[in-house]
Amino acid sequence: MTPETLMTTILLLPLLGAIGIVATRHHPNLREGVTLVTASLVAILVVIIANQFLAGKEFVLSLAEPMPGLSIAFKIEALGMLFSLIVGLLWLVTSIYAIGYMRSHNEKNQTRFYAAFAVAITCALGIAFSDNLFTLFLFYELLTLSTYPLVTHAGTAEAKKAGRVYLGILLGTSIGFFLLAILITWFVSGTVTFQQGGVLAGKLDPAWAGLLYALFLFGIGKAALMPFHRWLPAAMVAPTPVSALLHAVAVVKAGVFTLLKVTLYIFGSDFILSNNVTGGLIWVAAATILFASMIAMSKDNLKARLAYSTISQLSYIALGAMLATKSGLIGASMHIAMHAFSKITLFFAAGAVLVVTHKKLVSELNGLGRAMPVTFAAFLIGTLSIIGLPPLGGMWSKWYLGLGIVETTQLLLLAVLMISSLLNIAYLLPIPVRAFFSKPASGEHYTEIKEAPKTILFAMIITSSACIILFFYPDPFYQLASLAAGGP
Amino acid sequence: MEKHISLLLVVIPLIAAPIVAVLPRGRLPWLITLIITFICAILASTQLWTVLHDGVISYELGGWAPPWGIEYRIDAVNALIALIVAAIAAITLPYALLSVEKEIPQHQIPLFYSAFLLCLTGLLGIAQTGDLFNIFVFLEISSLSSYALISLGRNRQALTSAYQYLIMGTIGATFFLIGVGLIYSQTGTLNMQDLAKLLPEVVQLKTVHTGFAFIMIGIALKLALFPLHLWLPNAYTYAPSVVTIFLAATATKVAVYVMLRVLFSIFPNEFALATPTYELFILFAMAGILIASVYAIYQTNIKRLLAYSSVAQIGYIALGIGFASTKGVTAALIHVFNHALIKAALFMAVGAIIYRIGSCRMGNINGLGKQMPWTFGAIVIAGLSLIGVPGTAGFVSKWYLLFAALEQDAWVSAAVILFGSLLAMIYVGKIIEALYFKPVTDSNKSVKEAPLLLLLPTWTLVLANIYFGFDTSLSVGVAETAADVLGVVNMVSINDS
Repeated sequence: MTPETLMTTILLLPLLGAIGIVATRHHPNLREGVTLVTASLVAILVVIIANQFLAGKEFVLSLAEPMPGLSIAFKIEALGMLFSLIVGLLWLVTSIYAIGYMRSHNEKNQTRFYAAFAVAITCALGIAFSDNLFTLFLFYELLTLSTYPLVTHAGTAEAKKAGRVYLGILLGTSIGFFLLAILITWFVSGTVTFQQGGVLAGKLDPAWAGLLYALFLFGIGKAALMPFHRWLPAAMVAPTPVSALLHAVAVVKAGVFTLLKVTLYIFGSDFILSNNVTGGLIWVAAATILFASMIAMSKDNLKARLAYSTISQLSYIALGAMLATKSGLIGASMHIAMHAFSKITLFFAAGAVLVVTHKKLVSELNGLGRAMPVTFAAFLIGTLSIIGLPPLGGMWSKWYLGLGIVETTQLLLLAVLMISSLLNIAYLLPIPVRAFFSKPASGEHYTEIKEAPKTILFAMIITSSACIILFFYPDPFYQLASLAAGGP
Repeated sequence: MEKHISLLLVVIPLIAAPIVAVLPRGRLPWLITLIITFICAILASTQLWTVLHDGVISYELGGWAPPWGIEYRIDAVNALIALIVAAIAAITLPYALLSVEKEIPQHQIPLFYSAFLLCLTGLLGIAQTGDLFNIFVFLEISSLSSYALISLGRNRQALTSAYQYLIMGTIGATFFLIGVGLIYSQTGTLNMQDLAKLLPEVVQLKTVHTGFAFIMIGIALKLALFPLHLWLPNAYTYAPSVVTIFLAATATKVAVYVMLRVLFSIFPNEFALATPTYELFILFAMAGILIASVYAIYQTNIKRLLAYSSVAQIGYIALGIGFASTKGVTAALIHVFNHALIKAALFMAVGAIIYRIGSCRMGNINGLGKQMPWTFGAIVIAGLSLIGVPGTAGFVSKWYLLFAALEQDAWVSAAVILFGSLLAMIYVGKIIEALYFKPVTDSNKSVKEAPLLLLLPTWTLVLANIYFGFDTSLSVGVAETAADVLGVVNMVSINDS
């Protein structure tokens, strides 16, 4: 297949899948079959594209030009390749997981769930491949809208309220700030196409650059920087597969991915470094890292704790982007991948516990480790990877982020990173420890409880092994990250 | 035939109106009206095509040469407006059959279609004519017929709202007429081309200034520019669904056109710039966007909610005019086009709900989204377009409007535009939440999807909303040509920050 057909196919596949899912709504087995087939094809295609891309092939696709100079166009570059690879591969794993989860949990409206999920994947891939800010913005907004039915899936008053917060913050920031920032970019430079080295250098008065960057930083609400982070904990009312793939990987990573794209291809790292554009803003990320970790410690609800952990980890990526040094950018890009695998494992495990025991609180987990050893072993691996310990993939991204900070000699930021790692230990590690070593509070014995259904276990084992494999073999992601940061 | 198109566009519905009025009851009046509106739509498209390819059309009524006789003068601006009016009428008519049968007593149906055709005549006439007094005549034709149309609404409040509109509309028309008279007294002509030539010599006169002010206020009333909008929410709420759809999409748009003509074609560009006209425009536009949007949020009747939203959207259009730049006027014209698509689609979808349950109050529509998925889908997509989500027509409007604001460093206006979108998000969200999440009431459990004849026109417009979000060569292209024709000169940047 030519590059164009490959790109068109992979973008259309999830959409066609969604139609197929709706068409087969009266036959659940067939419907899940459609999901699995589509997800497998997407995973295969994304790997094929990645191989051809690394071999030096160009992937360019232009669809339409709604307004003069503003086109809906796609072009794959290293960073987008990295993001799409994660989304494409993890969708398959999540689909396997979701089938076990949704059925054991007896969720309603499963057709809507799978269909909206597939549409969200198209949007995430659209974001990954977009060649300009306009296309990116289009899919960015569609991603928000397509995930809304997933967030409000339960249909309860709580879900509805969460849905309001979700839409309110994500659409609000994107219309209020992001759109304005895109328009200013267009106004100043006459283009919104991503270009190596940025488009603003020499056209934007450096005095205003910080302000424009702030508009982007807060406008990209999906990056969940404080104070626009509330939507993410709110989104946790969604079924666990949604929290796992969309609100730990696709949606939030779309946010930080956009931020990285803007940093690299709109501002350009040289422009940022030479004008100290992000000097003050970087502390917003630093503060988010610390505060979110502290809030995570205070949360007893497992998914809420993981959500705040995600907020904190996302700001690592934002921080790396704003460092704008080569190592910082590599660290940030790699953290997109490493955090994705670790956090999805944690959510998978949390969902497994929920399905089997209906327990949502950390304080209820004592002693469950013996009843569900695989689940909590996976949780432990994910935890260690998030903390950034060898031999797990999470180490690499933290390593490069640390290097990036050392390069800029802002050593106070290094302290932030270290404190945060300690906080990670403090709020994540007690969970598997409690499960394995503490006794159940009421003295009851979990003889009835067994491991979750096989599909759930299978998905967890895959992602947790990926965390280990990525320590020894981070190469594909490292290669893409360093390409994105400007040179092999 | 070719060269009579411009006249036929007005004359055909005018002649058809009395014929339809005396037709027997049944579906014949509807059928004739349907055919007439389709003919008008075809003529209007041909006219626009001709103007874009061969330039301005000048048609002398009865062979009397202007400025003595009445001249119909069609350029890209009014060709666009005429097309919007005729096309919306043609899309509304298939929808009208069932909706009108449901909402209007049998014996009044022929009269209804007759009044509808007169209203169409008036609106098309305003768009076609090149004569200032002639505009007044057509303005009255369209207004009088719309009072009648509104009063046909099912609730008794329809009568009071029609009366309210009658009073306000007449004041507006009178103001317009006084203004025209004052200007005639100084120039001795009513032909727009002629006025454009003669006015520069007399612009310093106080009489001309006074005339200008009268005309502006008169049109602003018709336009429902905040704070002269008070007639609009009631009129839109209590009118029959079809009337609301048609008026919301066309009546105020035609008033916008007259405003643009007076500001840019008839008076010299510098004239309005030397007066506080544009500053007032921007001020009232911003106030309208914010206040009307907040009002919309608190409405419990969906038609009234959308009516207040219309007032806010007129604010966007007025803001574009207020920038007094090519970009601003282009943005205003684009929004005239796009907003017609958006509001017509929304009012159609709400009309479908009324068709099924006889009400559109917040409490009554709960949970209908599941029973009427297509209607619900139409409200969602048109609602997103109203908010201005990318991929919809509404986004294109907002983009151009924001660009026009940035061009003049009008940061306050830009902030208001964006904030208005956020408010729109809240009131659209309210409708969607009610339809989607609230449990369905017992009396509505058996409600079915609206009939196909209502859904097809609705979805035609919904798809148009998406289409014009991706292909803007028609909407933006014509609007740009039109702004060029108006000869807007960017002289002084008005700084509102």
